[in-house]
Amino acid sequence: MSLPGLIRAGVIVFLVGMLELLCRTGVIPSITAIPPSAMAEALFGILASGKFTQDITVTLRNVSIAIACAMVAGIALGTALQSLPAVRRIFDPLFATYYAVPMYAFYPLLIVVLGLGDLPQIAIGFLLAVVAVLLNTLNGLDRVPRVLLKTAQVHRLGPVRTALKVRLPFAAPYIFTGFKLAVAYSFIGVIGAEFITSNRGIGYEIAFAYNNFDNRVMYPMILLVLVVVISVNMSLHHWEKRLLERRRR
Amino acid sequence: MRWRDPVLLIVLLLAAWQLLYLAVGDVALSSPARTFRVVTAMLGDPRFLPHVQETLLAFVQGFAIALAIGLLLGLTLGANRLSGEVAEPILVALYSIPKVTLYPVILLVFGIGMPAKVAFGAIHGIVPISLFVMNAVRNISPVYLRTARVLRLSPVETAWKILLRAALPEIVTGIRVGFSLTLIGTILGEMFGAQRGLGFLLMQAMSLHEMERIMSLTLLLVVFASSVNAGLLALERRLA
Amino acid sequence: MHVSLRGVTRLYPARAGQPELHALGPVDLELAQGELFAVVGPSGCGKSTLLDVMAGLARPSTGECSFEGRRVDGEVPDGIGVVFQEDASFPWLTVRDNIAFGLRQARAPDDDIRSKTRYALEFMGLKDFANAYPAQLSGGMRQRVCIARTLVLKPRLILLDEPFGALDQQTRLLMGDELLRLWRETGATILLITHAIDEATMLADRVGVMSARPGRFLDTMETHWPKHRDSTVVSSEAFGRLTGRIWTRLRAESLRALGHQQAGA
Repeated sequence: MSLPGLIRAGVIVFLVGMLELLCRTGVIPSITAIPPSAMAEALFGILASGKFTQDITVTLRNVSIAIACAMVAGIALGTALQSLPAVRRIFDPLFATYYAVPMYAFYPLLIVVLGLGDLPQIAIGFLLAVVAVLLNTLNGLDRVPRVLLKTAQVHRLGPVRTALKVRLPFAAPYIFTGFKLAVAYSFIGVIGAEFITSNRGIGYEIAFAYNNFDNRVMYPMILLVLVVVISVNMSLHHWEKRLLERRRR
Repeated sequence: MRWRDPVLLIVLLLAAWQLLYLAVGDVALSSPARTFRVVTAMLGDPRFLPHVQETLLAFVQGFAIALAIGLLLGLTLGANRLSGEVAEPILVALYSIPKVTLYPVILLVFGIGMPAKVAFGAIHGIVPISLFVMNAVRNISPVYLRTARVLRLSPVETAWKILLRAALPEIVTGIRVGFSLTLIGTILGEMFGAQRGLGFLLMQAMSLHEMERIMSLTLLLVVFASSVNAGLLALERRLA
Repeated sequence: MHVSLRGVTRLYPARAGQPELHALGPVDLELAQGELFAVVGPSGCGKSTLLDVMAGLARPSTGECSFEGRRVDGEVPDGIGVVFQEDASFPWLTVRDNIAFGLRQARAPDDDIRSKTRYALEFMGLKDFANAYPAQLSGGMRQRVCIARTLVLKPRLILLDEPFGALDQQTRLLMGDELLRLWRETGATILLITHAIDEATMLADRVGVMSARPGRFLDTMETHWPKHRDSTVVSSEAFGRLTGRIWTRLRAESLRALGHQQAGA
């Protein structure tokens, strides 16, 4: 491992160790936090007992649906907008301010319109993710060199096949960046929504455990979310780098 | 010419809203006209103002903290190559987690009330500000640093007169993003376990199924957040 | 005539802040089947525009362009291959997949694709790099990939726009030999656009000298080289004379083009 990697590992180990020490010695009372070792132990217990397996499955399923819908809609809309510059210009201000808007503010609205099931959460995840995919698709398509478009013309490909065989493949690494963001945003949207109000899912269980002063359930679940999200995002980040390296001219 | 497109966009959005309302009906949505009337009524209602104050107070404090810590962190991590390399993956990882899952921890540490809201808002803003500032400092051309040394400037003078100015555009971007995210964090914090504030009003309206109030509050928040962001964007472009 | 242009001009309409641009013409040109014709001219004279019109990538504003007796009017006809100045290899495909691209689009049968691709790889000396990605290759190799991709479709007209522009002189001479091999192998009509007079003289049956913008043909010279030639013609007397003649014709035009550039026109 490289030097920064080693130092980083050391820092993390140190911080976790400090937390463990402070909890065990009672400096941090147990109603505030439980030691990391206890968190890990409780997490294994929870996973093994299968008590929250349904919640975990529901959340993961909803996140996946949000990601899939965001990718399909984002790529389609991005491709469409790229060939309609006048329309794109009109929507530019919307995209520029999109991520400044508290998307969760729409959550109550979505609940009233879509009901209390899983749809509002998927919708929030989708809404947060789709514009990231769209913007990155646009970015990738913008960068397609003219000479490749001319080559497609010489091969007499027509607009649809040019998009499928030349433009989108060229833009693929940038679309992958959009995918990476879509994953992060879908997790944030779905779990956040579950937390605010819901009747199942990981976010709901964390909120429920908090309301019932159940640190032995709350902390492991928080740890689970952190571990899953961080490992997924890190592997995507790694993939993304490799994809971009293969393309470096 | 530049005003035409945003105006057209707003008109389009309003039209879409009206059409949706006509399609779905009064039960699920409130018309634009109705919503505007309710907003005006709300703004004139004396009981409404304290909630706005609460949210703004929490937000301003949270943003101030995020700005201070973010700038400091970003400047140090950007200036020192090794610490920057060590810290960046950690910051990026923190950026992508659903911070709402950390909210219970914050509530446990700070208790319910203003401090928790401020802290929650702050953690939303700290990470992007530090990342942007760090990158801004890193991307400063080494020529500037050499010039500073030739001119025999002290470290503080170098930082203030040269580094900050050279990195300013990117720093402003970070501040803008941090601003928006801190606002989002503050409102999100109020949507769970708060007794006052705009976020709280929103959740209250939802539990009472008051469609008009929900939409008016949402509209208010959206308009506020996007206009401030647009303003900061314009400022950013002017500086660049 | 294999390719025929009559009175072809290309005008770019006036745009925000820019006046109408008369980029090319009027041009009259006839290419015999299997001929290798080179176009030399000062920079900005419209050589690339000429290629665009001939390939069907751009419509002539006036006049007519025809290929194999049929009009070419803004649509790329069957049987034309183009090699561009910039690298046009697809970075997401391996060398082999790049070369096979056109055949796959035409839905040729699999073993047909395989054998033709293998042949092209060998012909262009790319066999050892078949599974590499363009990003791993040098500029010259990538151009060879583009040429192989064109060659594999057996075009009857090949248009090359300064294909060796980015390469060093020695590599260019060698690539010139390769082009001649390609020409003999395919029997195609070739139009080569180049700013290098020696390259034009060395490779072509005829050399067309183009004026400064708007480009028109000032002169066409025959080289009378034998069909089986290679870069060693550069050592013959005739080569020196021809090159001298072309440069004399071209020098004034180049100065005028330079004046255009300096005036910012």
